[in-house]
Amino acid sequence: MPSNFFGGFKVSFKQIFEPRVTTSYPNQKRPKAPRLHGRHVLNRYEDGMEKCIGCELCAGVCPADCIYVRGLDNPPDHPVSPGERYGYIYEINYLRCIHCDMCVEACPTEAITESKLFEFSFTSRADAIYTKEELVVDDEGRPKHQPWEDWREGEDLHTSGWMRATAPGGASEYEGVISWSGELGYGKRAPEAGQSDNRDDEATGNFLLKDISADHIPVEFGGSVR
Amino acid sequence: MGFESLQHNFLTGQLENLVRWARKSSMWPATFGLACCAIEMMAAGAADFDLSRFGMEVFRASPRQADLMIVAGRVSQKMAPVLRQVYDQMMEPKWVISMGVCASSGGMFNNYAILQGVDQVVPVDVYAPGCPPGPQTLMHAILTLHEKVRTGEILQRRELSGAGASIELSGENRGYARTDAAIRPVYLGTPK
Repeated sequence: MPSNFFGGFKVSFKQIFEPRVTTSYPNQKRPKAPRLHGRHVLNRYEDGMEKCIGCELCAGVCPADCIYVRGLDNPPDHPVSPGERYGYIYEINYLRCIHCDMCVEACPTEAITESKLFEFSFTSRADAIYTKEELVVDDEGRPKHQPWEDWREGEDLHTSGWMRATAPGGASEYEGVISWSGELGYGKRAPEAGQSDNRDDEATGNFLLKDISADHIPVEFGGSVR
Repeated sequence: MGFESLQHNFLTGQLENLVRWARKSSMWPATFGLACCAIEMMAAGAADFDLSRFGMEVFRASPRQADLMIVAGRVSQKMAPVLRQVYDQMMEPKWVISMGVCASSGGMFNNYAILQGVDQVVPVDVYAPGCPPGPQTLMHAILTLHEKVRTGEILQRRELSGAGASIELSGENRGYARTDAAIRPVYLGTPK
């Protein structure tokens, strides 16, 4: 049947004129959702003090048991964190972490948040255990870049979107109300886009995925793919 | 006879480099999708991420034709012998990527039914974290493996990394291996 024979080619040749949808990953990254759960960071206050108080609530709530924290009394002459105690051991095993963000929700001082980095891989199990030196932000408030992680320009700016998207206490009337402490290098950050109108997309780097990836969304859902 | 008498242009290269380049450029994965990570692995092979850019879009159903095993998903105790048999049936040289936290360490399934890390059964070259790892994370792991293949030895390729199926459970390294400075991982550099 010649018509059926060429009909198959017709389908193939029609694809030549379709828009290209491939994200060629090592050269470009696909845009991440504003509240993506990626690699953790341990934040610091604006004066450089660490936020972690070593309370081990994150370790207690972790469903995968991937966090190991030990607290210690602050040295009186040069305290690490404001208050009584600080976390002197903080380890996360990334071969167990499922990025559920329950540690972020449990943290009483907003010490641990998740950045948007998700492109990393290890060649040994020992590398997968991040210690405190690797998790604490540097002196400018940016996450430290490890050699096996694939950071791109601007990816280390918005590291705590999920925490600031909802009301801290869970009550909806407090949504968008700034009730979190300042961060080193940024000060008090603006709320992420929650359900309220109190949002600052410029400051928080927020965007709609629909705008970024219109090439992947059919026309009937507001994209550009026919 | 020197090169002067040759009449045509030709290209030379170290045989070792050519072998490494060939191995890294056409690495065929065996299908070993076990759970939700396999969905992300399929997404990496589909048009949006397109693993055929690395010459590895054919997921072979036959282990004889594959040289990379992507263990995607949690490995139950019952599946572990099957996994080992598939690995044994693959031809040398062969590599293993442990995709996702369940394959790498059991993840959140810390119980008697799930193998706590596929490296108890087969030697793992690259671990991809995440639950599940996205297609880009899998590609990062694949590119890390490519870098490992490109810079490693062609005959004795598996270094003593202290992890994997050849883990030594004696002495002071019992159950936990420090990474030596000499065997730090190669990494995917920022592309130009």
